[in-house]
Order: sequence, then structure tokens, then C-alpha cells
Amino acid sequence: MTDALPLLAQINPGLWVILAGLLAALLPVGPARKALAIAAPLFAAVMIFDIYDSTEVLAGQFEIMGVELTTLRIDNLSVVWGYLFCLAGLINAIYALHEDSWITDSSALVYTGAAIAGVLSGDMLSLFLFWELTAISSVFLVWQGGDRAYHAGIRYLVIQVLSGVLLLAGAVMFANSRGGDFMFDYVGLDAPGGWLLLIAMGIKAGFPMLHMWMQDAYPKASITGTVILASFTTKFAIYALARAFPGTDILIWIGCIMTMFPVFFAVVENDLRRVLAYSLNNQLGFMVAGIGIGTTLAMNGVVGQVFVHVIFKGLLFMSIGAVIYRTGTAKASELGGLFRSMPYTTVLCLIGAGSIAAFPLLAAFVTKAMILSAALEEHLWVPFAMMLFASAGVMEHSGIKVPHFTFFAHDSGRRVREAPWNMLLAMSLAALLCIVLAWPWGGYELLYSIMPYPTDYKPYTWDHVVFQMQLLFAAIFAFTLLKRFRLYPAERRAEIVDMDILYRKIGRGAAVWADAVWTRLSARMSLGRGKAARRLGRRLYQAFSPAGALSHAAPSGLASVMTVTVLALVLVFAYVAGR
Amino acid sequence: MSWLFEHGVAFAIVLPLLMAAAVAMLPRSRYLAWTVALAVVTAVTIAAIAVLLTQADAGEIVYRMGGWEPPYGISLRIDAVNAPILLLIAAMALASFLYAEPAVAAEIAPERRGPFYAALLLCVAGLMGMVVTGDAFNVFVFLEVSSISTYTLVAMGANRDRRALSAAFNYLILGSIGATFFVIGVGFLYAETGTLNMEDMRTILAAMEGGSRVSQVAFGFIVVGLGLKLALFPLHTWLPGAYAYSPTVVTAFLASTATKAALYLLYRFCFTVFDPSFDYVAVVLGYVVTGLAVTGMIFASLQAFFQTDVRRTLAFSSVAQVGYMLLGIGILTTAGLAGSYLHLINHAVIKGGLFLALGAMWYRFGITRTADLAGISKTMPVTTAAFTVLAFSLIGVPFTAGFVSKVALAEAAAERGWWWAVGVIMITSILALFYMGRIMMVAYFSDPPASCRRADGTVERREAPALMLIPMVGLAAVSVLIGMRGNVVLTHVSETAAQVLIPGAGL
Repeated sequence: MTDALPLLAQINPGLWVILAGLLAALLPVGPARKALAIAAPLFAAVMIFDIYDSTEVLAGQFEIMGVELTTLRIDNLSVVWGYLFCLAGLINAIYALHEDSWITDSSALVYTGAAIAGVLSGDMLSLFLFWELTAISSVFLVWQGGDRAYHAGIRYLVIQVLSGVLLLAGAVMFANSRGGDFMFDYVGLDAPGGWLLLIAMGIKAGFPMLHMWMQDAYPKASITGTVILASFTTKFAIYALARAFPGTDILIWIGCIMTMFPVFFAVVENDLRRVLAYSLNNQLGFMVAGIGIGTTLAMNGVVGQVFVHVIFKGLLFMSIGAVIYRTGTAKASELGGLFRSMPYTTVLCLIGAGSIAAFPLLAAFVTKAMILSAALEEHLWVPFAMMLFASAGVMEHSGIKVPHFTFFAHDSGRRVREAPWNMLLAMSLAALLCIVLAWPWGGYELLYSIMPYPTDYKPYTWDHVVFQMQLLFAAIFAFTLLKRFRLYPAERRAEIVDMDILYRKIGRGAAVWADAVWTRLSARMSLGRGKAARRLGRRLYQAFSPAGALSHAAPSGLASVMTVTVLALVLVFAYVAGR
Repeated sequence: MSWLFEHGVAFAIVLPLLMAAAVAMLPRSRYLAWTVALAVVTAVTIAAIAVLLTQADAGEIVYRMGGWEPPYGISLRIDAVNAPILLLIAAMALASFLYAEPAVAAEIAPERRGPFYAALLLCVAGLMGMVVTGDAFNVFVFLEVSSISTYTLVAMGANRDRRALSAAFNYLILGSIGATFFVIGVGFLYAETGTLNMEDMRTILAAMEGGSRVSQVAFGFIVVGLGLKLALFPLHTWLPGAYAYSPTVVTAFLASTATKAALYLLYRFCFTVFDPSFDYVAVVLGYVVTGLAVTGMIFASLQAFFQTDVRRTLAFSSVAQVGYMLLGIGILTTAGLAGSYLHLINHAVIKGGLFLALGAMWYRFGITRTADLAGISKTMPVTTAAFTVLAFSLIGVPFTAGFVSKVALAEAAAERGWWWAVGVIMITSILALFYMGRIMMVAYFSDPPASCRRADGTVERREAPALMLIPMVGLAAVSVLIGMRGNVVLTHVSETAAQVLIPGAGL
């Protein structure tokens, strides 16, 4: 089988994209780099199509230092991610056409390629390699965000590399327990190294308490940087989880908590890109929960959700990016009324917002329904309720808050030009996919065709559509009511800021208090630590330094006594042990 | 050539012995003595290569001196254990001699240069003799030949630093105690077995199942005597002074060969003459030697950290590294012994190269203290680069020699279930990172002193002469090669050696 494949088919398609990225780093000509950026993902997609024949393909095996590596594995799970990343790479490339920066171009290509190569690699060592490569190549995108982004980039890099190291440690332990077989398949928590692998993947997937890097780094990157970053890293981790831990119960709870906690933060946040980063986290929660449920319906839902998620999340980030590009800010308090000057962007953003909120006829409607139904089928009532609450939350912060504060709300008085054509084109492409992939008459079957298991799930039933509409309108109603209630006393421009402050008083107040306490505590602790360290250092110095107790120029007489002592020691031991 | 293959062993010892006398009497001239000595060492190296090749074919060579049959005559015995060490000593001697010309010109008074090279040649002859001989008393003779010449060599550092005299005296007293203990041990063994041939002793001791109390006492004396020579903690007190104040070339040569030859003898006596299947051998190695080795690793590493003199830092680090090798012995398995053997070779390469680099720095700038290294990376970039590579190797950074052997040792310890030993190896490696890192921080991140700047403010480069650069860059390259690829060869060598020493699998 393997031998029959021609040489070209032995090469992981992601490597072509990485190669293109390295080329782009050397190319001084902007248009040539752009051509590469568009052509490389397309070429990779063609290669995947060429190699994959709807059975599992294993290729590119070779042995290094006694470890069998399988650098290419395309099966019904990884092929979805392969295509998806190629598609995202293409859309991102179009979106970035206007930007003339060779760092962005080359690192975006390497990053895209590493993500593609990572999901298509068959063994854990290759996985680890690309896992780290995504981290290292993407940090340049964060750093493109300017001075503010520098420290965030460092933090991002440290956490990502830590995740990679944990992955490697887990992989080695796991492979050892299987006699050195590094093939990346189902792991489960009972296997040695399972927990390490789970934490490694959890960091990248933004598990609760391990998620901070996402909201820290994403909003600080450059405009295109954020869009590109949001496409790959976390989805790569979702792939790894789907491969290694399907049906692991703990993931259901982790996922549900993940869907819920960002809702509160997203509601109080002012920076819209940060809001989107929280909502990204929340969406990942649905996927993690789906993986935890692990039935065929749930896994199908996860795969579909990942696919459409990359598209509509990208669309939202792109539309906010376009706004930043024109206005220079993403602060909710400084925006508003942009629908007058950016009508196309407004419409496209609304499509994205509708998709993430799972409006019928828009992308997430089908896939989120599959995950929720899977939870119901397994009688997981509590997780179901948690995810339902989170769905309403998504509607609140991503579906309403983002477009409302950007394009409507009070008029900020900004009159800017419409987004550049290439941004509009990229966004339109994404918006089109959002509609097509949920189209009730033949559209969502397209999505079904790439899912790992055959399915005949019917999303457009009356009860489901009505139920979903009820949920969404309840959320809209709540928002309107709140706003109306606050608005009522007087029509003031500042009202949104007021509401903002009200929202923040709870969250931010606690945060500020905790921060103050923490600062004081840590100052005390570091003082104590410093004292202890100094004391230890002095002790060590007194013992070991040239002036110290152990280093007095030992006269030969003393040394001779020492020799005799050692001899005595040896003889006593020998005497006791000997017959 | 066939003559070389047949008689190379004897040639490698006899040639430097005889030529030492000739070199001592050569007329005073800057290059003459050095040229002759270098030619001798080159010939010895070629002979060592020939011996290694012959041994690889034959497995074991017994060379009868003067045609007398063992056990009555003196025999030289070459097998997979000592042939590589023989070559190691010859090669390190060659590297040191290459470096010696400019260094000696700067450090030794002209009228003493002839005797200096003579003593160095004697030392080479003695060390090689210790390694190849198959006769226990002969070992003592060669041990004294090498030691006495070493005392002289250390004392010759007095030209540079008067403290060399007290260091040499200290070394003389302790070295003599060590040699005496050793010969007492050999005497007891002779009383017990009635032979001086090591192979013979082995058969007789095995037949006596370890022998009586006499052989236990003999073992104790031999272990302590050799322990003194190889700087077993706490018997290492002679070492820092001897390394820090002797002429730079002597330090490099001693650090890479003298303790290694003594360690080889410890292998021989613990595993060939005696055997770990005797309870007292296993207990002494497993508890006393291991315990002292581990204590030494930690204490000496800490001491290395606080030194202000760079060469003393490296000297204490040598004590710590000897601890690694002894730990490998104490594990008492083939894997542990192989790790120890591998570390012996790697450490010789690393420490030799490091001391050569430091010597070059002294040669150019008179540097002895850590603080004086400020900005050396800008004034001597090549030397500093070689120093850095070797320092990484000492720490155990992947893709360097030190990594390979430390991993081998850690694996052996883990196999035995000694997780605490793995921990100690990790901790001392981190300490090595600190004490070497401290030196390199100064070298890289401090500005060179004003005296090294030209009028326009640019830094003046004063690289070491080519004769110094060649050996140190060569050793740095070797340490990287071992880390990248050579470990396959060396691992094989060390495992073969370990299997010869422990014919079974050990514990």
C-alpha cells in the first residue's frame, strides 16, 4: 500500500505550506509573497484530495533512532481538519492581502502549514514537533501587535512551549507503556501519561484555568494576526482531544464549565476583540463537551462545529479587524453607529453573529443542535442545561453585543470608509459558507458528507426551530429590557458606559480587590522568599566559598588523617560484609 | 608496519622513557626540545592507534617483556578496557604538547624547558605503563614514575605563582601516601596469592572465593590508595591546588589523564582482580564508594560555584565529575560501568579542552580570576567559543558529549532502581549550569577592560596563537561529534569494556 504511493504522496501536505512560508521569508517582493500565501493552502488541499481515498492512508514512515515515525496519516477524522485549515489559510491570506509585512506573511504560512502538518501527522513525535512549531511561528503574529504585545507574546510563547513539553513527556510515557509505539491513537486517562497529555492539550484548547493566554495574546496581536491566530491553535488542540480522549467523562464537565464561565467575562469586557476571545473559549467548550460525550452523534457534531466555527469566528474577528483598520480602536465605548459608513461590513458581521448564536439557516444551528441532542440522548440533563444557558450567553455577548456596540448603539460620530475590497471578499466568502453549510435544502448535507460517521440527523424540525427561536428571542428580549430599563430615565450618550460600569462593578471590583490582595501577599511572600534565599546563600557561602569552612587550605597532615579515616571506614565495611 | 602492530605496546612506553633522558640533555633552544618531544608523542599516538587496531582484531593481547612467560615474567596485557584508554592518554598528550610550545615559552625559564619536557614525557610513559601492564607491582612502579614527574611538573608552576610550591608539596605527601597504601595492598595480595600477575591473582582469588581477611585488608588499602590518586571525595584536597597553580599545559594534561588512569586501575582491581561477587567488594563499592561519590558530587559542585579562581572552579568540578564515574562503578551493573567508562572518556576530552582554553586566556591576558574574564568573548572570540561549547558539554546540554554519558549513567541508575541517584545527577548538572554559567555570563555580558580598546574605542582582538587554537577547537569539535554521532562508536566501546570487566550482567 505504502510503496504503491508515489513519492509526492509520502509527503505531509502541510510541509508544502511550511516550505512556502520559508520561501516567503526570503522573498522581498510583496505580490509574490501574496501569491504564495494564496497558492500554498490551495495546493495543500489538492494534495490532500489526491492522497485521501476515503480509507485511512498511512504514509511517510521512516525510522529514526529506533522509533518508527508515521509522518502522514489521513483518515476520516484528520481529513476534515486538513481541508478546514487549508480553507482558513486561504481566507486569511485574502484578508491579509492589503498588508505589506513579510513577517506576517511568512509566519502565517509557517503557522498554517504547521497546523495542517500537525493534524495530518500520524505519530506523537511529529505531532509534538508541529505542536511546538505552531507555537513558535505564531508568536511572531502576536509580536506584530506592537510594544503592548511584546510581553503578551512572551507569556504566550512560554505557555505554548510548556504545553508542548508536557505533550512530549506524556507521549514518551505513553509510548513506553506500549513498547515504544508512538502512534497517535486513542489514549484515555487510564494510560500512563494520559493526564499529562490531557493537560498539554487542555492548555492549547483553553480549558478553564488554563485559558488565560488566549484572552491575553489574541486581542493584542495585529489585525490580521488575531484573525490568523484564532483559526488554528485551539482547533489543533480540539483535533488532538478528539483523537486521544473521545468519550472521556471528565471532558463533559470541563467543556460545560468552559461554555459558561466566559459568558460573564465577555459581558463585562469593553475590548471587542477580547469579547470575541472569550466567546471563542465558550465555543471551544461546546466542542470539548461533545468530545466528552463521545457518541457518534456527538463526534459528528463536534467535527461539524469545528468546521463552521473556524469560518464564523474568523468572520467575526475579520469584521472587528476591518473596524479597527478603519477606526483604530476596538473599544465598545468608543465605537457605535458605524453601520452608516460601513454597511457591507455590518451585514457580514451580522451574518457571523447570527451564525455563532445559531440562528436557523445560519451555520452553528445544525452542529450545535447535534451536540445538544447528543447530550440529551445520553440523559445528561445538567450538562444540557449548562450548555443551554451558555447558548443564550453566546447570543447575548457575541450575537448582540458585538454588532450592537460596533455598528449601532449611540453614534460615535465616526465617519470612515468601507473596509478594503480584499477584506470584504474574505468576509463574503466566509459569510457565504455560513449560509451554505446550514441551508435546509441540501446545504447541511454538504457538511454531513465530511463528518466521520454517516448521519441522517434532521435539524430543521418544527420543534427544534421554534425552541431555538424562543431561546434567542428571550435573550434579545432580556438585552433590550435591560437596556430600555437603563435608558428610561434620560437619553444620555453615556448610558452604555454607565451600564458598562454597572456590569463591571461586580466583576472588576472583585478582580481589583483580589489583585490588591494578591499584590500585597506576593510582595510579602517574595520578601520572605528573598530572606530565605539570602540566608541559604549565606550558609552555602560560609561552607563552600574559598573563605569558607570546607576550603581552608587543608594541611597535608589533616588530609592524611582523612585518608586513614576513609581506610578505616572501608575496612569496617569490608570486615562486616566479609566472612 | 607489522613490527609496530606487534611491538607497539612496549614501544609506546619505552620510547618516551628513553627519550625523556635525551630531551633533558638537549642544548638550550626555543624549539628543539619541543620538536623532539612532540615527535615522540606523535609516534606514541600512532603506536597507540596500532595497539587499538590489533586489539580490536585479536580481542586480547598478552605481550611478554623480554620473552619471559607470565606469571614469572612481566607481561603487558591489552584488552577492550585499556586499549581505548591508552589511545586517550596518547591523544590528550598530543593535544597538550601541541599547545605546549607557546605556553612553555611564557611560563618556564629557558634553562628549565628541557627538563620540563623530559618530566612531561616521563609522566606520559608512567601513565601509559600503569594502564597496559598486567603485573600488580609493575603498576606501582609506573604509578610512581608518573607521580614523581607530576610533583616536579606542578612545582615548575612556581615561576608563575609561588603557591605552586606548597601545592606540589601537598600533592607529594598525599600522593606518596596513596602510592604507599596501594603498594601495601599489593603486598597483602602477594602474601595471600603468591603471585604478582593480575590475571593469576584473579584465578587464585576466585578459587578461594574471595580469600581470607588478608585479601579484604588488601582490597581496602588498594581502594583507598587509588581513591587518593583519582581524587575520591574527601581525599581530593591535593587536587585544586595542583590544578590551579601548575603550568597551564600540565593542568590540561593531568586533568584529562592522571585521574583517568587511576580510575582505570580501580576498574581493574575491583572487577578483574577482585570481583563484585565477593561480598566485601560489593559492599565497599555499593555503600562506601557510592556514598562518598554522591557526597562529593554535591559538595564539590557547590564549592566550584563559590570559587573566584576559574581554574579552581574547574578543579572542583573535576572532583564532582569523578563522583559521576564512581557512582557508575557503585551501581555494579554492566550498564553503570559502561556509563562510567563513557563519562571517563568524555570528561577527559571536555576538561582537557576547557583547561587548554583557560590556559590560552592566561597566555594572552594573564587571567586567573573569574572577574578578569570580562569581555573575553570580544577579545578572544574563537577561544571563548571553544570554551562555551565545552562548558555546555560539561553541563550536559543535548548534542554534546556530556549529555550522552550523563544520560547513560542516569539510565543505568534508573534501571537499578536508584532514583535518588538520578536526582543527584540532575541536581549536580544544574549546579554545573550555575558555576559554568557564572563564568560565561562574565565572558559574554561584561565589557572588556579599557586596556583592550584601541584609541577609537573598538575592541582589539587578541586571539590565541594557532598552536593553542588547534587542540582546543579540535577537542570542542570532538565533544560535539561524540554528542551528535560518535556516541554510537563510543557507546559500543564502553559497553564492550564493561562486558570485559563484568563478564555476566552484574547485579
